[in-house]
Amino acid sequence: QFNRSNATPWICAAPLAGGVSAAAVRQSQNRTRMGLNTGHGSSIKEVPIVTFKWHHVETPYLIALWILVAGLAKMVIEANHHVTNVIPESALLICFGFILGGMVWGADKVQTFTLTPTVFFFYLLPQIILDAGYFMPNKLFFGNMGAILIYAIIGTCWNAASLGLSLWGCHKGGAMGDLDIGLLQYLLFGSLMAAVDPVAVIAVFEQVHVNEVLFILVFGESLLNDGVTVVLFNVFDAFVSLGGSQIDAVEIIKGIISFFVVAFGGSLLGFVFGLLVSLLTRCTKNIQIIEPGFIFVLGYLAYLTAEMLSLSAILSIVFCGVCCQKYINANMDEKSVSTVRYTMKVLANGSETMIFVFLGISAIDKTIWVWNTGFILLTLLFIMVYRFIGVFFLTWILNRYRLVPIGFIDQVIMSYGGLRGAVAYGLAVMLDENKIKEKNLMISTTLIVVYFTVIFQGITMKPLVTWLKVKRAAVTELTLIEKVQNKVFDHVLVAIEDISGQIGHNYMRDKWNYFEEKWMSWALMKPSVRKSRDHVFSVFHQLNLKDAMSYVAEGERRGSLEFIRNESAFIDFKKKFGDEFSEAMPDIMANMSDDHGAASDRRRDPVPSVSLEMHEQTMKGMRETEDINTHHLLQQHLYKGRKQHRHRYSRSHFDVNKDENEVQEIFQRTMRSRLESFKSAKMGVAPPKTISKYSKKDQQQKMPNGKSLDRSKSYYSGDEDFEFSEGDSASGYDASGSTFPMRVTYRAGAGIENPAFMPDMDPMTPIQIPPWLMEAELDSGMVAPSQRAQVRLPWTPSNLRRLAPFRASAQSNDSFMLADAPATQQRDDEELPPPPSPPPPPSNRDGGYM
Amino acid sequence: MGASQTRSEHKYQDLMDKTGFSVEQIKNLHKRFEQLSGNEETISRENLENIPALANNPIRRQIIGAFFDKRNQHQNEVGSFEEIGFEQFLMVMSHFRPPTLKTTEEERETMRKEKLRFLFNMHDTDNDGTITLEEYRKAVEELLSKSGAIGQEGAKAIADAAMLEVASTNVPHMAPDDFYEGITFEHFEQILKGLEMESRMHIRFLDVDTTTMRCGRSTS
Repeated sequence: QFNRSNATPWICAAPLAGGVSAAAVRQSQNRTRMGLNTGHGSSIKEVPIVTFKWHHVETPYLIALWILVAGLAKMVIEANHHVTNVIPESALLICFGFILGGMVWGADKVQTFTLTPTVFFFYLLPQIILDAGYFMPNKLFFGNMGAILIYAIIGTCWNAASLGLSLWGCHKGGAMGDLDIGLLQYLLFGSLMAAVDPVAVIAVFEQVHVNEVLFILVFGESLLNDGVTVVLFNVFDAFVSLGGSQIDAVEIIKGIISFFVVAFGGSLLGFVFGLLVSLLTRCTKNIQIIEPGFIFVLGYLAYLTAEMLSLSAILSIVFCGVCCQKYINANMDEKSVSTVRYTMKVLANGSETMIFVFLGISAIDKTIWVWNTGFILLTLLFIMVYRFIGVFFLTWILNRYRLVPIGFIDQVIMSYGGLRGAVAYGLAVMLDENKIKEKNLMISTTLIVVYFTVIFQGITMKPLVTWLKVKRAAVTELTLIEKVQNKVFDHVLVAIEDISGQIGHNYMRDKWNYFEEKWMSWALMKPSVRKSRDHVFSVFHQLNLKDAMSYVAEGERRGSLEFIRNESAFIDFKKKFGDEFSEAMPDIMANMSDDHGAASDRRRDPVPSVSLEMHEQTMKGMRETEDINTHHLLQQHLYKGRKQHRHRYSRSHFDVNKDENEVQEIFQRTMRSRLESFKSAKMGVAPPKTISKYSKKDQQQKMPNGKSLDRSKSYYSGDEDFEFSEGDSASGYDASGSTFPMRVTYRAGAGIENPAFMPDMDPMTPIQIPPWLMEAELDSGMVAPSQRAQVRLPWTPSNLRRLAPFRASAQSNDSFMLADAPATQQRDDEELPPPPSPPPPPSNRDGGYM
Repeated sequence: MGASQTRSEHKYQDLMDKTGFSVEQIKNLHKRFEQLSGNEETISRENLENIPALANNPIRRQIIGAFFDKRNQHQNEVGSFEEIGFEQFLMVMSHFRPPTLKTTEEERETMRKEKLRFLFNMHDTDNDGTITLEEYRKAVEELLSKSGAIGQEGAKAIADAAMLEVASTNVPHMAPDDFYEGITFEHFEQILKGLEMESRMHIRFLDVDTTTMRCGRSTS
């Protein structure tokens, strides 16, 4: 049985194409078969314990396997950076496809897996194009729309016509022997070869990093020329069916009209779907977990609907993505937005990989290979030559009207970047063999052209770009000042156009922005986000988030987060904000130096802000004692919260933090921390020399016995309020002889710490409280945590869990703790829930556990 | 008639040399100027403020201010005009002239500096060579005044954060007691490198006359 199962994949597997589409059908058949088996029971002699049902799972199994193989291929290829630096990934994937195809061929003597148009156009292409549309830099795209349209429409028509006619001419001249191809068929072939392929262009240009205008010209052209390709292909396909004699002016005019209908209809349909998605995301507040799905489903529907109406599906899905990006990003929850972004990338990248692998596999098939040297070489030659001619001629015209002309070198790269890809292959396979006798020749020529452009031109693109010194895209970090200045700049340009009385590009854009702001946002955005959705503000927000995140990462890296909650943490920031800033600013200005320290530091390793430095410093002298103190405080006030919330599973939502006050506070604090960090620098803290990592065990050993006991007593006595414990801890430090730095920490720490990040510490806390402290604390820790501390612990385990992974699995802390910290085993208090956290009284804690 | 024609031609020639506009462009702009000023010799702030299309521009005040700023006339003067004539008007406009194919590298470089200087002057209201935090805050506040509920405090925070960025990128090593006074022109140049302002700070000055179209628009 096993042998058979090994052979079957190759033999029984329908070509993947039919496979996928037939999957559902076959599955249902299988299901009925299964039902029959169990229902009738007549054929069963005994109860099977295990049966092997390959056919039952065959199709989905194969699909999954192929996806896995393609993914692994990509992984292997990407592991060798020195190879991918020279040869683009797409080329390597195609080569990998050759090998796989060879293996399949060797096993079956027939190519069972090829890239079929159905699979390609219905299951692999849409997500790539949706991804392109969704991540389209809109301003750049629409700013260069004119040029892109010229290249996409006229350029593509030119490519198709010139290739078809030249080949026909050469045929007549006898350059390629005896072929049964007429003029119309040549034109049909020309039209399918004409289009620059978006998949190939993205794959190659992504790794070259040319300047953004050049990129958007090539990329935009490759996306928009689909409308033209579809029309040309359909029209010539119809002409071929009609036959030469039937074609008259009316038919040709019909063809031209159909172009406009197909292209604009497709775009319009995409636009409508984009609006639909935007409207939908306006009201998905209660089903946040599935809202990302809408984007994909509606995007796909846009594609299919266009296909159904024989409009341009690619244009439709592109414009769907382009239109909805702004509104859905604003409407949806931040988590959903990142879900969409990542899923988009996963799907697009996956399909791209699949496409290239299968392009390679498809080649290993004897039946399609028909060699005609003249035809193939001439096609290659004409494609290159006419692409160059077309680009140069069109650019020459465009440059007379463009404000910033396209340079000569950019034109060369544009011409050279005219890669053909899977779209051409898909169209070639779709040709009707009955009407076109030389279909196989066309397919093999298309494959050759695809391999040549993707592999050869792909490989040479990078050296060429370097050699010609093409202006590269500047690698810039997102900075606030740039965004602000950009905005200023835009307004200046508009104003100058207004004053000088010109109706230019800026004027139109401004009018559109105004319209969009006033009407579209009103209709498509949630009222709550509409106001705060200024671009500059969102950049500000992003930068703040980044800072906060790297702050936490850095803190964790250093092994100690001195986040301490105290009174000042609960200031109403909303009110105080303004004052805070004006008060903080002089300090900041005076103490820029430390920022620079941090900034330069950031380049070496991501130290987000100076505030950490301070921690470092205070850690120097009395790291252990301080840690204990910190953990003590943290545990006292955090532990309860966590215990009260057990792990809960829900399909419909993550346990996200819904406390708005808290979210707001987090944001405001990160913002504040940027400033506060400078303030704290005033204390004259030297930047850290080394980052010392210390092991937890060391710490336990270092711990001086008597001292810690002393201290523990001293601070456990005063747990009623934070303020009290703060003072107390300071007194604890008196014993160790340096009060000042601690005070500094406490005071300035108020602005830096972020309660949201506190959970980060938890995993280590149990270990750091030595056992002897435990006992002490049991004695003395009968004081209930302050009311306030309890009330103000809105952190739910969900966000703790995210930060402390191993907690997630451990429902009870006992096992974790005992396993991790043998020291705690000393305690024989089985009845007491384990948390070695100092103060909360046992009774209270029990309550928490119940 | 013929004499006046040649005189105006002569006048235009002078302006062409100064600003680099073509005769047609100057003629067009002159028409626009007359339209704005109501056929007066000079133009005042009110004239510009009354342009309907400008009504939605949040930094309208700064831009109009730039027209009346003597620094933008390249005469090494400071202060501001009450009213400007056509020549001054043209000089300000010339900051936005796109380079032609004939422009040499050197000219490009000076154009670039001038363009950046123009933007810099817009922020540096007191002409002390630095954009101080106060000045910058004001500029950002104005810029964001039209965009929803960011509000003054948000704008302040943004201005502050942006200022910190400039300070940290431009002066990586400052002594603890140093005080970052504000953005100097050099720093300004540095931070705007990525934006490639110089290659984008153009608008198209048409050779053909569009004022008639504008007439219809502005009256409507």
